[in-house]
Amino acid sequence: MVAFTLNGEARTLDVDPEMPLLWAVRDVIGLTGTKFGCGLAQCGACTVHVNGMPTRSCQTAVGDIEGASITTIEGVSGKIGETVQAVWAEFDVPQCGYCQSGQIMSAVALLTETPKPTDDDIDSAMSGNLCRCATYHRIRAAIHETANRLET
Amino acid sequence: MSQFLSKHNSVRPTRRRFLVGAGVTTAGLAVGYRLVLAASDIAQTTTAKVQANPFQTYVEITKENRIIIYSSQFEMGQGSYFGIATLVMEELDGDWAQVDVVGGYGNTALYGNVAWGGAAQATGGSTSMSSSWERYRKAGAAARALLVAAAAQRWDVPAGEIKVASGVVSHASGMQARYGDLAEAAAGMPVPDDVPLKPRDKWAQIGSDSLKRYDSAGKTNGAQTYTIDLMMEGLQTAVMIHPPKFGAEIESFDATKAKALDGIVDVVQTPRGIAVVGRDTWTALKGRDLVEVTWNEEKAEERGTAEIMAEYNKAADDLGAATARDDGNTPAAFASAEKIIEGHYEFPYLVHASIEPLNAAARINEDGTIDVWGGHQMPDLYQAAAAQVGGTTPDKVRLHVMKTGGSFGRRAVLDADVIIEAVSTARALGRGKPVKVQWTRENDMRGGRYRPAYVHAVKAGLDKKGNVVALHDHIVGQSVLGGSTSAAMIKNGIDPTSVEGATNLPYAIPNLKVELTTTDVNIPVLWWRSVGSTHTAYAVETLIDELAAAANRDPVDFRLSMLGHHPRHAAVLKVAAEKAGWDKPLPEGRFRGVALHESLSTYVADVVEITLNDENGFKVDRVVCAVDCGTAINPDQIRAQMEGGIGFGLGAILQEELTLKGGVVDQENYDTYTPLRIEQMPRVEVHIVPSEEPPTGVGEPGVPPIGPAVANALRAATGKTIRKLPIIKNMSGMTP
Repeated sequence: MVAFTLNGEARTLDVDPEMPLLWAVRDVIGLTGTKFGCGLAQCGACTVHVNGMPTRSCQTAVGDIEGASITTIEGVSGKIGETVQAVWAEFDVPQCGYCQSGQIMSAVALLTETPKPTDDDIDSAMSGNLCRCATYHRIRAAIHETANRLET
Repeated sequence: MSQFLSKHNSVRPTRRRFLVGAGVTTAGLAVGYRLVLAASDIAQTTTAKVQANPFQTYVEITKENRIIIYSSQFEMGQGSYFGIATLVMEELDGDWAQVDVVGGYGNTALYGNVAWGGAAQATGGSTSMSSSWERYRKAGAAARALLVAAAAQRWDVPAGEIKVASGVVSHASGMQARYGDLAEAAAGMPVPDDVPLKPRDKWAQIGSDSLKRYDSAGKTNGAQTYTIDLMMEGLQTAVMIHPPKFGAEIESFDATKAKALDGIVDVVQTPRGIAVVGRDTWTALKGRDLVEVTWNEEKAEERGTAEIMAEYNKAADDLGAATARDDGNTPAAFASAEKIIEGHYEFPYLVHASIEPLNAAARINEDGTIDVWGGHQMPDLYQAAAAQVGGTTPDKVRLHVMKTGGSFGRRAVLDADVIIEAVSTARALGRGKPVKVQWTRENDMRGGRYRPAYVHAVKAGLDKKGNVVALHDHIVGQSVLGGSTSAAMIKNGIDPTSVEGATNLPYAIPNLKVELTTTDVNIPVLWWRSVGSTHTAYAVETLIDELAAAANRDPVDFRLSMLGHHPRHAAVLKVAAEKAGWDKPLPEGRFRGVALHESLSTYVADVVEITLNDENGFKVDRVVCAVDCGTAINPDQIRAQMEGGIGFGLGAILQEELTLKGGVVDQENYDTYTPLRIEQMPRVEVHIVPSEEPPTGVGEPGVPPIGPAVANALRAATGKTIRKLPIIKNMSGMTP
């Protein structure tokens, strides 16, 4: 039995401790916004926050999250998160949208750590998130715009 | 999709008339219409429309005031639902907050792809807007006319005095109503013979730069559901074991250990592999590791890509098996040419590699009907395939057209691969037991259906004045259509999807020959975003650039001088060059390249700027793209598709390659098969050339020009053309 916080609520899970957090969140808890893309921490579609750090949930075992605070895309809140989501929609960043939960989790973490990121900061923070539709051009623009709005 | 192609000529309606049909549904007003086909087509249409499903319409207005649009075209991220909704909303004058778009299916007469003659429903070839252009505007206009008629009768005022805006019908007397309030009455109104469409100067939605996609919000908060996200009572998850080599078959398997694992429901043999069914994905994956399979590899493909490419290179130097185009007399022209440029191009196998790995869910119901959830890009075909595997008839198959995490061609597969797996697994589990088959990344990468590998042997000649007098391109590779239900498309040994982009070369070259040798390799192949143009554009456009250099001509002027009969090609090239500042000098270490290509009736030119770096590598900094896709329906989505197509195409030519050794695929995941990442994405500017021509597509045509444009910039920097892809792996030793 593992106890942790998920999107601000206390939770327990009684599953195989080796089960990746990704499948626990999706199949057991039923929050499907976090996506499966590779199972190898190569694509970033499964990105969640573990104690605020962007983390690939496909490579995070349930047994290792005892006491941790987990945030998934469904739990994004606060000024940074909400601004990212609003700008993302306003800029029509998503095409198929499948990777965008992970993109947004990485973008929120970046902007929390670095309120005014440069292009290089963005490239380095977002490099782990593949987008096969290649919406990268708009992702970059949306992160800059979010930073500008949060500044004022 | 090729079902259309195969019937392209025989079933194209000789006359088409707009017949509005309207009726009361349990929900409200439903508006559809039927194409009136030529007499010879009627028998076929009648058969095709005997389908039992609720979608017999284009636009439905519910009493709850929702506008539900039933899309003939599949949404895989490219914005077809938004485009179709824009066409309807232009005429219907609704409020976007009312709009839902769902996938219609099962009625070819209603949903057949007009761009391909209407004989089947499918999405591909960037035809969604051209197919929908009249159909969905007329549906919107008809619905609006019926709402107005209902209001006129209810309020006893002339229809001409009624105004419609933002989902509200009103009259100067102060009367007003929501669409939902009028829906039932509207359904009973006499249907007009024809409904005029708004003239271009009255458009408020079509061409609007500020109109945003209605479906973005759900893609920013996790609410948008895909096939992988399906939840329903009793749903189990299955993962697949596929043959280790293409053509290998199951000899026997032992699932004893797997079945002993807590949570494993069953282990099932399907026509395409073994499905391990578990209560959740993780359990199914653990069970999968415990299944022991003995394979029969007698019929398996044993070659690796090294052997295959060696064979192709050899074949390319021989005479082609078939001739796709032969203008003038190329041998004579080469004999008298002043200068000859020749060589081989090599293109590797490529994977679609959508981030949502392939999946589908199915349930055999107690009454024997079948529900299938998935990325139904070819619904007619999938309905038939599901019926066959499920032991029933197509009318008993209910499809649920899910949003999909990318396709790039992969969800339009003629053998209905994952659909077959899901339905046969569901059938084995028994009635009332839904199952979702979810491929892993490894299944997806090793599961076949690649962009075929090709070799082009090219030769081109210049005369004394520097004019191109002859060009010869011999293409060697597998046929996408060969062996499929669309093999009938292959005429005189030519699969048009193998040679498109080369046979329709726009340049005025008096002696032009394109040959094709189709190879027999047991590696499953498929259309991959822009299909033939993925390789032909690269070969032809880098060759033209080399010819320009050999003739000591500017690459843009050189092309323009051969485009006298192709004003749309010339126009995009001029716009891209002008916006990129083609004539302005660049800083030290920076180089430009240009490429121009028409695919699927859309014209695109790219000018790229690259910077060489110290590590003997380079970076693509900037791309200026000009596109002519006829009437621009959603300008911001046209830009988005060009941006995305550029990123997709750039990743492929820089670093994507699928290889095999001894018949086994080398790559399994994104660590070894490497799509473009954000740090490699250039700045992109897209310029839409204004046009009043009918709309063409943008999903694919953004892909072809980026590769040759980058290669041409590299040639400008180093003097060498890279003829073997991917570029990064094959550019060692190149120095400026």
